[in-house]
Amino acid sequence: MSGGTYLGMPAFPKAAHEAVHNETLRGNLRHATHTIRAKREKAVAEVSDWAELREAGKQIKDHTLRHLDRYLVQLEESVTAAGGTVHWAADADEANRIVTYLVKATGESEVVKVKSMATQEIGLNEALEAEGISAYETDLAELIVQLGKDRPSHILVPAIHRNRGEIRDIFAREMSEWGRPAPEGLTDTPAELADAARLHLREKFLRAKVGVSGANFMVAETGTMVVVESEGNGRMCLTLPETLISVVGIEKIVPTWQDLEVFLQTLPRSSTAERMNPYTSTWTGTTDSESADGPRTFHLVLLDNGRTDTLADEVGRQALRCIRCSACLNVCPVYERAGGHAYGSVYPGPIGAILSPQLRGTGSEIDASLPYASSLCGACYDVCPVAIDIPEVLVHLRERVVQGGAVTREGAKVVLKPAKGHAAERAAMRAARWAFSHPGVLRTGQRAASRTRRFHPRTLPGPGKAWSETRSLPAVPAEPFRDWWQRTQGGKDASK
Amino acid sequence: MSSRDLILARVRRAIADVPRDDTPYEQAFERGYLREHGDRSVARTVDLLAENLADYRALVHRCTAGELAATIARLLDGRGAASVVVPAGLDPHWLAATEVTRVPDRAADTPAELDRVDSVVTACAVAIAETGTIVLDGGPDQGRRRITLVPDHHICVVRVPGQVVSSVPQGLERVDPARPLTWISGPSATSDIELDRVEGVHGPRTLEVVLVSGE
Repeated sequence: MSGGTYLGMPAFPKAAHEAVHNETLRGNLRHATHTIRAKREKAVAEVSDWAELREAGKQIKDHTLRHLDRYLVQLEESVTAAGGTVHWAADADEANRIVTYLVKATGESEVVKVKSMATQEIGLNEALEAEGISAYETDLAELIVQLGKDRPSHILVPAIHRNRGEIRDIFAREMSEWGRPAPEGLTDTPAELADAARLHLREKFLRAKVGVSGANFMVAETGTMVVVESEGNGRMCLTLPETLISVVGIEKIVPTWQDLEVFLQTLPRSSTAERMNPYTSTWTGTTDSESADGPRTFHLVLLDNGRTDTLADEVGRQALRCIRCSACLNVCPVYERAGGHAYGSVYPGPIGAILSPQLRGTGSEIDASLPYASSLCGACYDVCPVAIDIPEVLVHLRERVVQGGAVTREGAKVVLKPAKGHAAERAAMRAARWAFSHPGVLRTGQRAASRTRRFHPRTLPGPGKAWSETRSLPAVPAEPFRDWWQRTQGGKDASK
Repeated sequence: MSSRDLILARVRRAIADVPRDDTPYEQAFERGYLREHGDRSVARTVDLLAENLADYRALVHRCTAGELAATIARLLDGRGAASVVVPAGLDPHWLAATEVTRVPDRAADTPAELDRVDSVVTACAVAIAETGTIVLDGGPDQGRRRITLVPDHHICVVRVPGQVVSSVPQGLERVDPARPLTWISGPSATSDIELDRVEGVHGPRTLEVVLVSGE
């Protein structure tokens, strides 16, 4: 991951500490996440076979990942047969180079973009800008983020941290810099704001010669790309330009056309709580010159950028099942309070906490702190439409941060050193292991603890202070259990 | 080594734990979910389509084949449309009762020219009742994808009950993935402002669906 805007992010606790004191942010997030939570529950309850759809989605994705090499080759063949060109990018820089080259080859200096997590992840807009190419975001929330010179804070709704009043101000202030100004007297009603975006972007759609997108799914069997959206900006970018470039993570494959029947039911209900999203576009390569429907040239850039490293981890690879619905963000108590920016990645929330440290490694302060950005309550797992056991992966990644061990980075096996910040935790665990393997020491320690229990502090001193600030220390009993057991012969002699 | 070979080699190393005789695709998962939800009569399925389309703010009209031309003329008139895009293979009888200027669906026209047209009339490939979805596959009576996108008013004719299926799985079975498909469930909308849905962004802000029965 190029990191770009995320370079040098503070660790999650620090960023979150600042975010929770921002009352506007907390209000905006609370309102938005609670609105969608209730709706999602209703949309899911409408289908009686949700559990079966979820299980099938999980199994289809798992099977695909277990045979990913085969399906990638099959996809390449079918896309090529349908008139598309397939490119492979091992990392963000390579993907950016390929897209820049392809855009330059058209002779154009601007592109219109469909909202895409993959291009956010690789920092494509910044890379294009450095080469003199303007990339216009056309999704409403992405537009708000781009105009506001902001960072995305949610997978589905990158401007979720903004309320309608703030959006109005950004539109009124910034639209004229980028093209058609906001209408005079723009108010903060959502319908008017949506209309302002329609007017602002239309001229860009109508003259665009190059479109850049991601894809929600790629069908190996047929070479079909699928983009699921609401506003119609996706359709504009996918059908009006002459050249279409799609940058897609290699994990987005499903084997067959029929497999879509699962995800086209679970994705809309999980993300926007709709039976079906307003627009879904599917295309297979390019159409022939007689029908001439849509772009004449189609490029698919298959992106690794840490995905194969993630795949190499037998516990962590389940994160690659993710279909980017964002249900886990909307339900997460930590996300609701800390907001998306604190996660220091385009992937915030519970899925981000397991995806970013795997895609980028746990080398930086922010990535090493992300597996701890959770209370392990498990709500994310319950709502996940592909049943990613996020708490399981979080605990697995915590182990890796504390203990170090073998991981795969850029395709090579490396051994991570234990993280520095967890020395006290490791020392405590070592001491505990020693005590538990020496019964005499344990007995002496327990008796000493019982006798001094009146003098125990309520919070721990030193490095344990932060830990005990938010937790109650358990009370030490008057007599250790093992002494009680011996004295009463296992409770039989209760009179003693 | 090319990036293609590099990535494929990384993938193969990453999944080295998967046994060679791993369960093949056909047996790898249980499709334990339903082919359709509930047991409905044909008429009830058509009603459900109408309800779900309306729930997502499509305007739904019902008429017989004999009334179709008059219905379409009335809708174009009600909208005040001066021009309408017509796919090459649209049944000419459908527009027999209107005087509105016809604009053919031509590859040579620019998107800006299309933007000046008021309305578009198309048929569809299939409609899905459970989700209130109409699917266009670019057939001769539906035209290129952009003609149902750029004009602000789309009238889509669904032949009922023949073109209506209950569920998403049944809908996918009916269409050809080699064709460019557009699945439409209500007019353009967004949930991007405070995660609340509002209708009307870039696609047609008015979607009218005519359910026509009998031939």
